[in-house]
Amino acid sequence: MSATNTTQSNDQASRTILLDKVTKHYPGQLKPAVDGLMLEIPAGKIVMLVGPSGCGKTTTLKMINRLIEPTSGRIMLGDEDVTDLDGDKLRRRMGYVIQAGGLFPHMTVAANIAIVPKMLGWSKDAISKRIDELLDLVSLDPALYRDRYPKELSGGQQQRVGVARALAAEPPVLLMDEPFGAVDPITRQRLQDELIRIQEEVQKTIVFVTHDFDEAVKLGDLIVIFGEDGQIVQYDSPERILAQPANDFVADFIGAGAGLKQLTLARVRDVQLADPVTASPGEKGADVLARVQQTNHDYVVITDGRGRPISWLSRRQLSRLDTIDKSKNPDLPLVAEGSTLNDALDAMLASRLGAALVTNRSKALVGMITFDIVMKSINQLRADVQTADDESPVGTNTGSPEVSEVPND
Amino acid sequence: MALLSFVIDRSDQIWFASWQHLSLVVQSLTLAVALSLILAFLVYNSQKLSAVANGLSAVGLTIPSFALIGLLIAPLGFGVTPSMVVVTFFAVLPILRNAVVGLSGVDKAIVESARGIGIGRIRTMLTIELPLAWPVILTGVRISAQMTMGIAAVTAYVLGPGLGSFIFSGLSRLGGANSLEAVVVGVVGVILLAFILDLFLVGIGRLTISRGIRVSN
Ligand SMILES: Nc1ncnc2c1ncn2[C@@H]1O[C@H](COP(=O)(O)OP(=O)(O)O)[C@@H](O)[C@H]1O
Ligand SMILES: [Mg+2]
Repeated sequence: MSATNTTQSNDQASRTILLDKVTKHYPGQLKPAVDGLMLEIPAGKIVMLVGPSGCGKTTTLKMINRLIEPTSGRIMLGDEDVTDLDGDKLRRRMGYVIQAGGLFPHMTVAANIAIVPKMLGWSKDAISKRIDELLDLVSLDPALYRDRYPKELSGGQQQRVGVARALAAEPPVLLMDEPFGAVDPITRQRLQDELIRIQEEVQKTIVFVTHDFDEAVKLGDLIVIFGEDGQIVQYDSPERILAQPANDFVADFIGAGAGLKQLTLARVRDVQLADPVTASPGEKGADVLARVQQTNHDYVVITDGRGRPISWLSRRQLSRLDTIDKSKNPDLPLVAEGSTLNDALDAMLASRLGAALVTNRSKALVGMITFDIVMKSINQLRADVQTADDESPVGTNTGSPEVSEVPND
Repeated sequence: MALLSFVIDRSDQIWFASWQHLSLVVQSLTLAVALSLILAFLVYNSQKLSAVANGLSAVGLTIPSFALIGLLIAPLGFGVTPSMVVVTFFAVLPILRNAVVGLSGVDKAIVESARGIGIGRIRTMLTIELPLAWPVILTGVRISAQMTMGIAAVTAYVLGPGLGSFIFSGLSRLGGANSLEAVVVGVVGVILLAFILDLFLVGIGRLTISRGIRVSN
């Protein structure tokens, strides 16, 4: 308890990071790895650094916590200049996660998480409480995992502990360098979903390095795309990058299917759904058919007493029914309101009907989504992006204007 | 049964010499661990210096201990000092080599993540790198312990403490009364001490190597 109201307490809120004309020139290298980088990372956002290998992502990230000292330039954390602060003290205020979590193999999970709070002088009780809290946050049962050693955990679990350790002392900033690079695709997806959920709770300023553009689209509020030479090619929201790639390099980087990728950004609840005709078990087939025939619909959704869809009947099936029964069709194409349009499209393709039923939290029917609706919303997304010219944060290289032009090939 | 009566008659003397022998080795070993760790931490980050350290360990081990002891008589005289110097010198070699190998073998990503969460340079060495390299270092200590038990016996040549005196006096009077018994007592004593010390070091390993990095639980 006491630990959380020490001097650190005013630090827990997320903070804007500003890299002000930061350059890193490694000794013995011809060109700087990072050249005059001007980058604003807004408080509470996840900013993804993405680009080809060797373009300076890791160097940029490590200059933020000064694991690498910039050759020139300044680094601001909120309105505090941290360029000349003691590096170790600065790093205790910034969570840092690398591949496989970088856990210390000779320490238990609890000891790993306790390190930074201990260095900051938290009390034993506060630390112990915090460990349980964090393990809960990353979905690991404290009773089961506190006393395990890293080698007794799966790759995904190690990564979770890595995130817990980084969050231990409630830093305003979280730096992650390809944290999910070494786990299998299914685990990676789960960890990504988990990070989104955690971020909803903790609201940190997160800088996340990846070379996977899809990961950048999925996790990022904003994406910085670096070119081969380490210059910023585009810094924008995923929506805008997908709709308006700055140049051919970005378009190539996005790869095929930009439209499909946009579908992972929009949620079913954000689009205008269609209203299907509904009926209840016990009604006469002929009555319902008559109702359907008054509309242009070919199908009727049968819902139970609580509004939950149980089957989906065609006009032909209706015409053969005397009364509608309670039988449940297990293969209904259902999607939740919170699903992405991409998920909805999956569900539609899996059913023969070219449509899917949308349900709310209590599994009650709220509407129907069709191919037409998805197509319309893609077009709408594009149009929105074009009109909404809101402020993107600053992100440029000032160092070498001659290389900021990207060859069009 | 001449051996038995030899042992019984001189049990006080044997106990005392054994104790001195063990004490010489353990003290030199402790000093050697400290010296090796300091040296290893100074060189392990540089490939060049590490190669130099390893080369010196290898060359050092080829120096006959007897010759080195003889050479030390001029500057250091007789007794405990030259014995301690020689035993420590030889004890350093395997420990230094294993310490350099062990420390260089620590996963760089782990060290970086330690620095990345704000653990200082020295603290990282002591709380992360040293414990992770410790199993390899301790193996070096065990090798040193075995080796220096024998070398400590040789120090009797400069009138150093320990069981070596039994061996030397026995050998110099070979054929005389009790000469063979004296040699046997010296040799067997050294072997027993080496065995006991090794058991002790294994115990230390049990206590000090984290379960998280033990090869088998
Ligand atoms: N410690 C270093 N010494 C010298 N050059 C380095 C060092 N670290 C990185 N570089 C060089 O700087 C460039 C950027 O590297 P890095 O930031 O690791 O790229 P990324 O993380 O995008 O793959 C590369 O050309 C790399 O070779
Ligand atoms: Mg990198």
